[in-house]
Amino acid sequence: MSDYSVGQFAMIPAGTQASVAPATPRNVPAHGGEPNPSAAFLVAKFGDAIVRSWVNCGETNVIVKVEAIHDVIQWLNEDHGQRYEYLVDVTAVEYRDAGRPLEVVWHLRSLSFLRFLRLKVELPTRGPLVVPSVMDIYSGADWLERECWDMFGIKFEGHPDLRRILLWESYREGFPLRKDFPLRGRFSRAEQLKQALAADPEARYSMEELTIAEAFDSLPEDMRSRLAADKAAGTEAFGE
Amino acid sequence: MSTRTVEVELKTTQLDALGNVVRAPLVVTETGGALTGDSSQFASASLAEPGLESDHMLINIGPQHPATHGVLRLVLELDGETVVRCIPHIGYLHCGFEKIGEYRQYNQIIPWTDREDYLNSMGNNVSFVLGCERLFGIEITPRCTVLRVIAMELSRIMSHVVWVGTTAVDIGAFTPFLWIFQERENIYNLLEGWVGARLTTTGTRVGGMAADIPDGWMEGLRSFVQGFHRTLDETDKMLTRNAIWSGRTVGLGVLTPSDAINTGMSGPMLRASGVAYDVRKDFPYLDYETYDFDVPVGRHGDVYDRYLVRMEEMRQSCRILEQAIQRLPEGPVNVDDPRVILPPKHKATSEMESMIHHFKLVMEGPRPPAGECYVATESPKGEKGYYMVSDGSAKPVRWRIRPPSFVNLSAIPKMVEGHLLSDVIAINASIDIVMGEIDR
Amino acid sequence: MGITGPIPEGTRDQSGRSTVQIDPSNNDSWVTTRLDFLVNWGRANSLWPMPFGTACCAIEFMATAASRFDLSRFGMERLSYSPRQADVLLCAGRVPLKLAPVIRRIYQQMPQPKWVISMGACASTGGMFDNYAVVQGIDTIIPVDVYVPGCPPRPEALMYGIMMLQKKVMGERLRDGRIREEIVPDPTSQLYIPASRIDELSEPFGNSVNQTRSAP
Repeated sequence: MSDYSVGQFAMIPAGTQASVAPATPRNVPAHGGEPNPSAAFLVAKFGDAIVRSWVNCGETNVIVKVEAIHDVIQWLNEDHGQRYEYLVDVTAVEYRDAGRPLEVVWHLRSLSFLRFLRLKVELPTRGPLVVPSVMDIYSGADWLERECWDMFGIKFEGHPDLRRILLWESYREGFPLRKDFPLRGRFSRAEQLKQALAADPEARYSMEELTIAEAFDSLPEDMRSRLAADKAAGTEAFGE
Repeated sequence: MSTRTVEVELKTTQLDALGNVVRAPLVVTETGGALTGDSSQFASASLAEPGLESDHMLINIGPQHPATHGVLRLVLELDGETVVRCIPHIGYLHCGFEKIGEYRQYNQIIPWTDREDYLNSMGNNVSFVLGCERLFGIEITPRCTVLRVIAMELSRIMSHVVWVGTTAVDIGAFTPFLWIFQERENIYNLLEGWVGARLTTTGTRVGGMAADIPDGWMEGLRSFVQGFHRTLDETDKMLTRNAIWSGRTVGLGVLTPSDAINTGMSGPMLRASGVAYDVRKDFPYLDYETYDFDVPVGRHGDVYDRYLVRMEEMRQSCRILEQAIQRLPEGPVNVDDPRVILPPKHKATSEMESMIHHFKLVMEGPRPPAGECYVATESPKGEKGYYMVSDGSAKPVRWRIRPPSFVNLSAIPKMVEGHLLSDVIAINASIDIVMGEIDR
Repeated sequence: MGITGPIPEGTRDQSGRSTVQIDPSNNDSWVTTRLDFLVNWGRANSLWPMPFGTACCAIEFMATAASRFDLSRFGMERLSYSPRQADVLLCAGRVPLKLAPVIRRIYQQMPQPKWVISMGACASTGGMFDNYAVVQGIDTIIPVDVYVPGCPPRPEALMYGIMMLQKKVMGERLRDGRIREEIVPDPTSQLYIPASRIDELSEPFGNSVNQTRSAP
């Protein structure tokens, strides 16, 4: 719990260090155009870890190697010349073409300089989908990363509580936003309904919640074994 | 063109020696105004209870509950009546929007944008097609620009109106809900006259709007704006200096500016905490930098500040609407680009070429060049962004919705700790969540 | 006992025989028909709804309950968020699979007599959400009395649906004990069909994942 006092609530205006007054972008070219100055700084600082960068629709995209992405994002957040204090989004893109890798995308915004940057990491579609978590830098990444796990199956190392957020925890059909997942799901409607109804709505408490209630022992046997199995497999919720 | 921001002066409760917020009772003066008590006067009333060792209780609110603004489930660990920990569960309205966006053409996705943040449907429509047009590389006409500003501000008013009404109901005041929903009905009339639907409008198309405004619509808008000022004043009089309202909202759910930025907050939540970030001012679109309006910024980051910020935002939206009404230029609404705009009906039914053009655009859909685009707009909830990735075909490879309520709601555990159970409801209401947007 | 009053005028055919149908099993006397009417009139005009509002239809429901399209004139202004005190489950909005056990549990918690109005296209058939996440109509989970189509239905449409429900309620008879009976699904009974068999049966209706439509 952060300590606060009334003085800390002095107004923080955005754009204090921006060099240009913001204006509605006009006639933005599809390719080319003014890149975000941070891209050049990144290449200067991290060298090889920056695979490539380009400008598309007025936005700068930078592809970074997986090993370096956490350091890159940390530097962008902490460096006084970059000041990307605001994490807009963490998401992923899987392409329809067979050869193209899956990209994990971070959208960062600098409120001081009024800049926008897109960082990407390329992962082979068939390989292990593991990237570092940025929750230690931005606490807002918590749910965004959980959603990426839920929809794509991307594991975020360092996230304390990576479990499904939009679908129920025992969802068995897979990861919906992958391209090999059919629109209507893998199971038939009757089977989907049967599985959905079988999940007792009150039984969806995580380990953390059950330790509070000291109710673990009073749970039915199958639930206890399921939760214990999850704990052993490391897929359980954050428990004490 | 000033960028002055309005600071809202509030009298709020003090902090005690430990830095905890003191929830002092309010004193109503003879003139009817409310004063918040000085902490020294009421310190004795606010000391912590002597520690009685007791088990904490696990309580579950939702997913079906009137005060959770949709299907949200909050699991609270309570120590008596005080919340020690809060664990939110979402996903009870997950309907696979992003998946289905990959199977629809760009114009076909627009009805879907209505349904995610259904209180701000025109705003979502506009946001989405702004992203599409950036991807396609289309410049919209001046008339369309102003009409979209009108649509966005009307929809901002619509959403804040529901917020005030439902939050008042949550806190216990039912009458403002009825007054303010009548205003929403007036906006429904306007939207129905323009695009044909009340709530799920689908009012824009890539390259333009679904339809131009009918004759006499502007007069309707003008009279709405005048009537709305009156209703807003009434609601203001009812709530703002009300002792019960202030007592239940002042000092609640405080979020410091650094916490707010770090959690990714946006919109009135962020501005009430003292960060002057508004996408309309800082990353403008639709010529917002040419409109003269202020952005209210709060000071204390509590529920009362958020209420004041939203009330003031509605007034500023009216101001923008008046300017937009003045400056609406004549001209075509849709851009003259055959790649995206259907030919006029009389041509499509008589000329072969136009008929084929119409056929291709409807069956196949307009195809943008390969690329990706993220466009953010200021929705009433916060920074709403649509990230679309195209591979050159008519259907996007990835359609990502960056929902402001999703990120705003993730901070609720931080805001709710240490408050009472009934405060949880007030704080939850103050975030202005729409589950359709959160769960998509 | 059949007819309890004089045979009405104009109900004799050419040969003079009465054309009024006499139902020998109809034991309704004047008292029971009046009692039926009273009970049904009371129920129909004070249907306390439980708004199971999830999405956009919930906003239109709120608009129906507000001043312009007042629900109070139907006696429905007392919204009951506890299922134990409600008469009508008004499912307004899309119901995803994660919410399915919740709505079934809430329906089971409501005491008889209870009715269900499925408001909107998504609650009735899944609406525009024909994908992995949404229940294709809540009638796959709970029994529905009235379907109100629309996306979202206009308040007038919802009111028409409520009036239809009122008509249905007025048509109920106390002697017909079966209508308030609840069938609890029992996996061991012969009526329970396994999911694989349901798939076979529903294949021609396109309800399974093996779709025959060409458009995704």
